[in-house]
Amino acid sequence: MHSQAIELTSMRESKPLRSRPKRDRERLVRIVLAIAGWMTVVILALIMIMLFVEGLPIFAVTNPFSFLFTSQWFPVSDPPVFGILSLIIGSLMITATALVIAIPLGIGAAAFLAEIAPPPLREAIKPVIELLSGIPSIVLGFVGFLLLAPAIQRIFNLDSGLNGLTAGILLAFMCLPTIVSISEDALSAVPREYKEASLALGATRWQTIYRVLIPAARPGIVASVMLGMGRAIGETMTVLMVSGGRLAIPSFITDPMSAMTARIAIEINNAVFGGLQYQALFAIGIVLFLITFSINLVADLVLEKQRRRYA
Amino acid sequence: MSRIVRIIALLVSVSLFLAACGTPTATSPTTGSTSPSLEGGAIVVKGSDTMVNLASAWAEDYMIERQNVRITVSGGGSGIGIAAFLNKTADICNNSRPLAQEELDKAKAAGLEPVSIVVAKDGVSVVVHPSNPIGELSMEQLAAIFGGKITNWKELGGADSEIVVLSRDNNSGTYTFFKEHIVQMKDKKAEYGLMVQFLPTSQGIADEVARNPKAIGYVGLGYLSDKQKALAVKTATGSAVLPSVATVLDNSYPVSRPLFCTTNGQPKGVIQDYLAWILSPKGQEIVRSLDFVPIQ
Amino acid sequence: MSPTSGKLEGRRFRSRNATQTAAFIFLSACVLLILVPVLYIIIYIIVNGAGAISWDFLTQLPKQRGLQGGIFSAIVGSFYLMVGVVVFALPVGIMAAIYLHEYARQGPLVRLINLSIVNLAGVPSIIYGLFGLSFFVLMLKMGSSLLAASLTLSCMALPVVVTASREALATVPNSYREGSLALGASRWQTIVRVVLPQAWPGILTGLVLAVSRAAGETAPILITGTAFTAILPTSLFDQFNALPYHLYVVATQIPNMPKSTQWGITLVLLVMVLLFNLTAIILRIRLRAQRKKWGL
Repeated sequence: MHSQAIELTSMRESKPLRSRPKRDRERLVRIVLAIAGWMTVVILALIMIMLFVEGLPIFAVTNPFSFLFTSQWFPVSDPPVFGILSLIIGSLMITATALVIAIPLGIGAAAFLAEIAPPPLREAIKPVIELLSGIPSIVLGFVGFLLLAPAIQRIFNLDSGLNGLTAGILLAFMCLPTIVSISEDALSAVPREYKEASLALGATRWQTIYRVLIPAARPGIVASVMLGMGRAIGETMTVLMVSGGRLAIPSFITDPMSAMTARIAIEINNAVFGGLQYQALFAIGIVLFLITFSINLVADLVLEKQRRRYA
Repeated sequence: MSRIVRIIALLVSVSLFLAACGTPTATSPTTGSTSPSLEGGAIVVKGSDTMVNLASAWAEDYMIERQNVRITVSGGGSGIGIAAFLNKTADICNNSRPLAQEELDKAKAAGLEPVSIVVAKDGVSVVVHPSNPIGELSMEQLAAIFGGKITNWKELGGADSEIVVLSRDNNSGTYTFFKEHIVQMKDKKAEYGLMVQFLPTSQGIADEVARNPKAIGYVGLGYLSDKQKALAVKTATGSAVLPSVATVLDNSYPVSRPLFCTTNGQPKGVIQDYLAWILSPKGQEIVRSLDFVPIQ
Repeated sequence: MSPTSGKLEGRRFRSRNATQTAAFIFLSACVLLILVPVLYIIIYIIVNGAGAISWDFLTQLPKQRGLQGGIFSAIVGSFYLMVGVVVFALPVGIMAAIYLHEYARQGPLVRLINLSIVNLAGVPSIIYGLFGLSFFVLMLKMGSSLLAASLTLSCMALPVVVTASREALATVPNSYREGSLALGASRWQTIVRVVLPQAWPGILTGLVLAVSRAAGETAPILITGTAFTAILPTSLFDQFNALPYHLYVVATQIPNMPKSTQWGITLVLLVMVLLFNLTAIILRIRLRAQRKKWGL
């Protein structure tokens, strides 16, 4: 792509004969396209600006330390109290559960698809896993509320089926497609020579997968896990419907708990626009944004490394 | 490129067609109207989730009688209704709690004069699983349960098991009402207990109570069914009273509250006619049919 | 090789094989553990929801808060949202991709754009909702409306469209461009007449995915413009109903809602979204075949 752009540029410059209106039009086209090209940067910047403008004023009322590290959340009391520690812990516990389930399943499935499944089987399974990523989160939440929650309550003999574990299991399914497809790409991108050399040295196929391919594809796999994690931590409707909504700091994964995303979705419509609760919810948005932003940034760097390694 | 333009053109024209289909009820001639002399108009109603069933039913029936009036009703919570009222994007706000001081200040700043009238009453029923042996609780006991002081059914004479306490989330007028009325009845600083689970909707509470023998929660009268057991509530002086339309109406059931419609200044024109219709026997009959409590 | 060492080799070989068999069983189990629940959920929804589906269900407006009538207003609202995404995100996305692939020189600035695309794709949907509320609804004073919600979803869809369009442009062999330029066509003419038609299937894949994502999202529209209503929007500034939101309300807020209606709405939403995804997958398979033809 790089070399091609230069090639085209030089080609244009070597054409001296071109009418003025045509050249003017080309220039206009170029400007319009550049504006469109920069649109993503503009939107990202606007998102950050709006979050900070609307969210930061809360810190004039609550200091950032007690906002982040206390767990009393009474936004409509008089005076209101804003501490989001339990929400942060809730989000992290649910995400961790999702990953504990999704990582082995996802990498295992990716290895199966990349190395073991015969091509026709692979071509049949991959679309189904991609379809999974299309299931709307509200549908998963609804199914979780009606089917999974009672089952979890029965199986683990819990006080309530609406808890972190139920949410974590559902989120595992939300981030599985990401993990499977990117890991599978990474495994397939490992040069054939690695595999052939390993098999020629007498290693079995499993040893080759386990000792050669997975380590070689590690950056891609790590990135897939991070992107999956970003998805899980940002998921809203599913968590809102099944996580149980307790505002205390959860001590175990089977406790009912609350997550940052769900709190925003539940309360924002009821907050007085521009009021303290509104600001506090935007401040939660800032925290959430910073977490997912850094996850995505690191994942991108890791993926870049993988791409360069086998370019 | 032309293909892109064609697709967009097609989609936009289908949209315009659908939009055209959407209008006829609002613009059709008023031949069927019972009172053709009255002016038509559009009314935007926003607010409480508790009241949104009721408000939709009112609007549906009123629009059959007055075909030149178009009423849009949406929910979201008392807060969003009040916010829309303050932003002048709603003509009528449904609120299941009175406006807060902060909101009254904002109204004054925006040059609005909120006038609230009571249009119905709602009894907040405390519900448990049908298998729960307990049939009545006092208001103090409820305060202790929802304030997190009593955590085991044994303490109330039930089975030896944890109490799973379910509350509406703070997006609901019922949350504020129950807190101020029950949880804070002794101590104005009291809050819901730490172990309380906040569910975003009343039906969520009704569903969870219906399947969880350890659960207790509260919902509006309209959400009761035979899958939950409503508890009788005992005041300090009186005897235990079960929630029902009759007991809310005669004020013997203690956990009930008024539901408001708020307008800017004294209602005028078509809004006044609509509110008058709501308070008329026809409107109040709908209140009764949806298991809310009529004001007369 | 002595006989003993041969025997040892054999044992090790066998255990190696056993490990491999066990490992392969584990890997297949991983795939099954993903596929079985997914297929179970889909089949469950079909079995439980199919009974509710009828022509009337799809084409009637909801009555009595969705207890009667159909889901037409929700279908229309979702359709408008999809149109909005196509109208706003598709042209900008394609132009951005053309800029990045055909015009911009690699360098720190393009790296910055790339980074913003990747990060935009990872921003949680609820953050888009907050952004849409503060920017479109309040700051630009669009109010809680179809326009604000469409723009919010378009921002969300943009990175998907850009990425897919860019990949699609990359699949068009350079010789096409060179041929066109050599014949005296300008760069823009080359792109519009030669490159875009070739890249079209790839662009469409991205668009379909973006639209399906927009159709299934609840959180952003919940904040920026949707309302549980039976009235079709007649302008861009009206509130609207949408399938995912309709499901959310019907599943969690309406008392005594028949389960079959809930599953019916779930089925309609699922079929709609999965059809889009399926289309994208089929397009992609065809695209891959085409790429092979070009030797890419």
